[in-house]
Amino acid sequence: MSDFEAIVVGSGCAGSIAAYELAQAGKSVLVVERGNFAGAKNMTGGRIYSHALEKVFPNFRGEAPLERRVACERISMMTEDANVTMDFGSQDMLKDGQDSYTVLRAPFDQWLASKAEDAGAEYINGIAVEDIMKDGTRVVGVRAGEDEITADVVLLCDGVNSLLASKAVGAQRPPASAVAVGVKQTVELPTSVITDRVLANSDKEGAAWLFSGYPTQGTFGGGFVYTNKDSVSLGLVAGIEATMNCGKVPVYQMLEDFKKHPVIAALIRGGKVVEHSGHMVPEGALNIMPELTGDGVLLAGESAMMCVNLGYQVRGMDYAIAAGQMAGEHAAKALSSGDTSKVGLQGYIRALEDSFVLKDLRQFQRVPGFMEGFGRMFDGYPQMVRDMLNKIFIVDGSPVPPMKKSMLPIVKRMGIMNVLKDTRGVMRTL
Amino acid sequence: MSKLTDLRAKIVVNVEGYLSLNKYDVDESNAHIELVADPSDDEFAKLMLVCPAGLYKVDEGGIKSFDYAGCLECGTCRIACGDTIIRRWENPQPTMGIEHRFG
Repeated sequence: MSDFEAIVVGSGCAGSIAAYELAQAGKSVLVVERGNFAGAKNMTGGRIYSHALEKVFPNFRGEAPLERRVACERISMMTEDANVTMDFGSQDMLKDGQDSYTVLRAPFDQWLASKAEDAGAEYINGIAVEDIMKDGTRVVGVRAGEDEITADVVLLCDGVNSLLASKAVGAQRPPASAVAVGVKQTVELPTSVITDRVLANSDKEGAAWLFSGYPTQGTFGGGFVYTNKDSVSLGLVAGIEATMNCGKVPVYQMLEDFKKHPVIAALIRGGKVVEHSGHMVPEGALNIMPELTGDGVLLAGESAMMCVNLGYQVRGMDYAIAAGQMAGEHAAKALSSGDTSKVGLQGYIRALEDSFVLKDLRQFQRVPGFMEGFGRMFDGYPQMVRDMLNKIFIVDGSPVPPMKKSMLPIVKRMGIMNVLKDTRGVMRTL
Repeated sequence: MSKLTDLRAKIVVNVEGYLSLNKYDVDESNAHIELVADPSDDEFAKLMLVCPAGLYKVDEGGIKSFDYAGCLECGTCRIACGDTIIRRWENPQPTMGIEHRFG
């Protein structure tokens, strides 16, 4: 007889939702979280796409501590001395199920945890799972502090830097080429100032804004801005291998330089930095995904590397929530049928395969490899676009040559074949 | 000038000032990250570049130092140099380390 039917390690998006589903199904479930509260160790850019959350909590819009609904998508190519932005907004992206929200994980994850707790999950915060207990190949529980706690199934939802996944399912530490480092500052500003500066329609709406080029100073990665209610999340994500081998300055210096760029300086002027945080972003998708199940164990969320970074779109939390829901649901089914072996937990894998989670990760499988070799996106293209737009917009009284004559040399500098090749590459990869 | 002092010269931001805004409960008795005894300059330079907290430091004379106290617990150094100069990487003791107020 185990102490609990299920133990969930980690109380982020995947863990809380899995615990909620298990508790809803009437299973005894314990959540072990090493932080003092759910969210204490967690960080996002960040924005959550609502579709997966809505399936679990249809009333989340009125209940969850959301910051702002994203009503404006911006993508910029930035050089040290210029910036060009595409600004997109539509009524469609505001519709239920298509809407997305900026969030801060400390408040957001506490809300998620409260939902699991209200449903009957037991919580211990401030205790770390230091080890996985095994009987042969089977995971039978966890070691936390002085305690050994047994369970029929253990759900590992302990994040991208999981130290337990290798013992649980033999996961390899991902290579530096497949992981990026994110560094973020939360900059406090008055609510109305943020609304005005991003041209939002109300204090409840805001912008999601991604940058390539100058934020990472030419190496693989990009910058981001997400507007919260009374703060701006500002940061960058840089490929670890690219930065450690080719970076010119440390990532926190990149962030400081990014903040001094006129576009960002104008956005955060008068703001106060209130937190400086870091988090890894798994970008290797399926290539670094560990086994998702073992005897008596399953993985969901970032511990399973469920994340996609397309440059114009970054997703992780909606995958974690959907996977957490499926993990909880199928762990409960396996418990009911009395078989939580790898075979008994197959329902979880099948559900993931049938859902957007594994379909998307498969679809975008080639993105990481392509992006890595796409150095021109972080250096050449922002410069090319700057030069072209300088030609178009600057009037200095000198006679204007035909457009073809002014543009061609700029494209030629980049190499017309390169441009064609990259366009084809993007089409093929996405 | 060595590779490390070259890199040092390019760092103008005071990252400690930012770290001081974070909420930490530092475990003074237990270093959760340990380096090998004599880390190579090449590997150390990698960590200077990727650590978002700037914990891998070098002084004017090229002397290397590492202080886990301001760790953001991201794990980047473990991924970058887990096979080379990072000898041990653990999470801080429970309830210790960083506590995000925003996240």
